[in-house]
Amino acid sequence: MSEFKTLNGNQTIAEVVRQIDPDVIAAYPITPSTAIVEEIAKFKANGLITGEFVCPESEHSAMSVCIGAASAGGRVMTATGSQGLALMWEMLYIAAGLRLPIVAAIANRALSAPINIHGDHSDTMGARDSGWIQIYSENCQEAYDNFIQAFRIAEHLDVRTPVLVGLDGFIISHSMEVVKIEDESKVRKFVGEYKPVYPLLDTNRKITVGSIDFTDYYFEHKRNQIEGIENSPGVIEAVGKEFGRIFGREYGFFEEYRMEDAEICIVVMSSAAGTGKDAIDELRAEGIKIGLLKPRIFRPFPHEKIAEALRSVKAVAVLDRSSSPGAFGAPLFTEIRSALYDSDPRPKIVNYVYGLGGRDIQVEHFKEVAGKLATIAKTGKIEEICGYINLRE
Amino acid sequence: MKKETWKELTIGTINLDAGNSVKNLTGTWRSGKKPQFIKENCIQCLFCWLFCPHFAIHVENGEVTGINYDYCTGCGICSVECPTKEKSIVMVKEEPELAEGIEQ
Repeated sequence: MSEFKTLNGNQTIAEVVRQIDPDVIAAYPITPSTAIVEEIAKFKANGLITGEFVCPESEHSAMSVCIGAASAGGRVMTATGSQGLALMWEMLYIAAGLRLPIVAAIANRALSAPINIHGDHSDTMGARDSGWIQIYSENCQEAYDNFIQAFRIAEHLDVRTPVLVGLDGFIISHSMEVVKIEDESKVRKFVGEYKPVYPLLDTNRKITVGSIDFTDYYFEHKRNQIEGIENSPGVIEAVGKEFGRIFGREYGFFEEYRMEDAEICIVVMSSAAGTGKDAIDELRAEGIKIGLLKPRIFRPFPHEKIAEALRSVKAVAVLDRSSSPGAFGAPLFTEIRSALYDSDPRPKIVNYVYGLGGRDIQVEHFKEVAGKLATIAKTGKIEEICGYINLRE
Repeated sequence: MKKETWKELTIGTINLDAGNSVKNLTGTWRSGKKPQFIKENCIQCLFCWLFCPHFAIHVENGEVTGINYDYCTGCGICSVECPTKEKSIVMVKEEPELAEGIEQ
């Protein structure tokens, strides 16, 4: 039986873990994801999960345990955020390079310095070239749904690539919401039994994992790795549709909100999209033809589909919750601007960095952006391509 | 030696032919010097066998009988570790030779 529960984002992720009961969970507590690990430890202590729970001395070690356990042939997950994810850095690349379908919940948080515990996307955006599939969630329900789907995507035989699911630190991780927790047997059936491909524990077939490649093989192995994530769009789409058929909430690469006849559009990911939708409703009531596009999958980046969705709009503002110092725009902006290069027509496009270190973004800020977009759409002129929102200038 | 294309490789860099480093003749790394075994000085302490990083000390029935030059890289550790007063392994000059390795 499914039931509605009042949970915060961390408890929601822990619920998925309890329901799926992976073989090995290795995690080190770090704000704002600590409660995920804490809840899982409670489940283990109370006998509600059978999987091994390992709490090593650091996140680097936690991901190392995940890599070892996944190589051995287990279904494996972890949770972290911010500095914890940063400490996992080199192991992230190894997990992806070894094509291990590890699933990680990331409570997105800013990176030091200055030290800050609140939500932004600096951590996962820094990991965007590590080879992991990246899924972002708007609220607790999406975090729940995405985390379930993540196992199916990661473990698909054509993909076999680690997946991380982002939930905004504090804004989602610590905010209570009503979440529909689906029937446990249905969730287990949806995720299915895990079948490792080359388990190290299979003593009848001796294999070597993690050997060295020189100049004559490294390039081919890397290309072989890239194929996994390049195979994933079809799987992500199919899994999102199947999830919709079974649980009633269908998922794609992004969500389009009131985009039908939109002349201007705001692109924004994760929890801020919720605030953005309220702003869109108010602006629509004023007669402004504005829509919102919320990317859900950042890696693999759905460049063709996003370009198709945005090509006919007059002006687009991409809102980034991270910065890429010295780059021409923040990560989401550079992807979208590049995706639109071959489109004809194509919109004018600007970038606003917002919410670093958990700085709030409110309806009025979206309206401010909408005002700038309306001017750009009318005049065809951009004064400032890359700017900031809600920053003391 | 035919090398696989990226499509032919096993995913995740998995090597299904575990232990195939035996095909990698590390002896081809040697340049200029090789160890020479002097049996009459040897006390069979097996230090050279223990310290050799490439398992290139040949042992038969528990006794060192010589050096496997297919794998010896000429690092000289065996000679340094040899405890006998008159060394049982000495490094001697060798003309470098390019080798092809074993066909896979």
